[in-house]
Amino acid sequence: MKLKERPTWKELPFACCIPEPGNSVYYKTGDWKTLKPVVDKTKCIKCGTCWIFCPEYAYEEDEYGYYESNYEYCKGCGICYRECPAQCITMEEEVVE
Amino acid sequence: MAKRTGIEVSIAIAEAARQANVDVVSAYPITPQTHIVEHLAQLVADGDLDAEYITVESEHTAMSACVGASAAGARVFTSTSSQGLALMNEIVYLASSLRTPVIMALANRALSGPISIWNDHSDVMNERDTGWICIFANNGQEAYDLTLMAFRIGEDRRVMLPVMVNFDGFILTHVIEPIHIFEDQEIADFIPPYEPLCVLDTDNPITVGPVGVPDVYTEAKKQQEMAIRESRPVIEEVFEEFARRYGRRYRPVETYRADDAEIVLLAQGSVIEAAEVAVDHLRDQGKKVGTVELRLWRPFPFDDLREVLCSTSIKQVVVLDRCISFGGPPGPVLSEVRSALYLEKDKPMVVGVVAGLGGRDISLEEYVEMFEIGEECLRTGKDPGEEPELVKIVGLRE
Repeated sequence: MKLKERPTWKELPFACCIPEPGNSVYYKTGDWKTLKPVVDKTKCIKCGTCWIFCPEYAYEEDEYGYYESNYEYCKGCGICYRECPAQCITMEEEVVE
Repeated sequence: MAKRTGIEVSIAIAEAARQANVDVVSAYPITPQTHIVEHLAQLVADGDLDAEYITVESEHTAMSACVGASAAGARVFTSTSSQGLALMNEIVYLASSLRTPVIMALANRALSGPISIWNDHSDVMNERDTGWICIFANNGQEAYDLTLMAFRIGEDRRVMLPVMVNFDGFILTHVIEPIHIFEDQEIADFIPPYEPLCVLDTDNPITVGPVGVPDVYTEAKKQQEMAIRESRPVIEEVFEEFARRYGRRYRPVETYRADDAEIVLLAQGSVIEAAEVAVDHLRDQGKKVGTVELRLWRPFPFDDLREVLCSTSIKQVVVLDRCISFGGPPGPVLSEVRSALYLEKDKPMVVGVVAGLGGRDISLEEYVEMFEIGEECLRTGKDPGEEPELVKIVGLRE
């Protein structure tokens, strides 16, 4: 059950609980960021450190084993940039086209 | 049948929790609540109560454990006093907003400082706006009865809110009173097993206590406000059923010799019974006086109070507060009673006094003085204090 976009107080679930597990995917937090992580795949060693450290679970593994941040959820905290042992991540300014 | 037994009030309250067959007790010992939780710990240790007794390092954790256990579907009981409740405060708000019907026995005690282990109502007044149903007992029997009824009220599917049962520390907790203690089976019939509405369950996961963004928070608060307002008829239903089953009737607003009274003293808790002695004494002198007890504090019994005080013989109300709202009205009960009557056309005058702070006894002469303040107010048509807002403390050494 997807909640109504803007429920009235009567429509809001009992005690504001969330009856649908994992519905935080509907809440896209990507527009919070000012800087976005960009992975240089020529330097990436596919260790997955960014994937482990990302507090938003925004990193996804692609079919070749590289990791890339999903910008719809990445808040731009820069932890991946800080932790990457291969230093293959740069933080670039988010530009809205 | 219920047996009339000489029993310490604290033990009777703990027995009420045992008879309600609670699943989880989490509490931290604090004077004057200690005997309640000691007795419950003993019952669990001896196998006389099949419950989880969660020992904790503070009241903040006690209330956290209670909220968590209740969210997992358990019937939960706790008890505290004064600083303990103040330390719980953050989680007290969560119990009501997450609609976890935790039952709390609150042995009312003054807040520091100076440190006082003795009775007044500053602890409960601090929690006035936490969204708990809040009821006052004025003797041991009422504390026992109301603890039992609290489970029925709070856990009702139409309510699902925590309930705080207030009784004066030491004055009630540590005295031995003759109390009608019910047979366990009688209570089993009155309090059926708890059926939670919304449960933490790994097979059917939900989130309890999420973030409420600005677009949701207002609606969540309105839902909570309506829940406590709509608990009013349920409270009366439970009072009614209790009276039918056991013969003792409770009302949101209680009165004593108020039917033809001109001046009434309005208060909460054990002072009411002492004030009744003063009423009898003054009645013998031909004074038309009585008492009004605000038994139900939250939800506030607006209609009942107006019915008792407005368009009746009562011309003057003296509100006795057991706590000071510093720099304010000056007592919380006074300001709420005044505010409840504000729009009424035929209403009595309301004056406030503060007394009985930090365990100070109120003598018969002092109750008489309170009625005299009411008399003077009625005669002159104005508050007899230098300034109406100034705290008028009865029993103060000037």
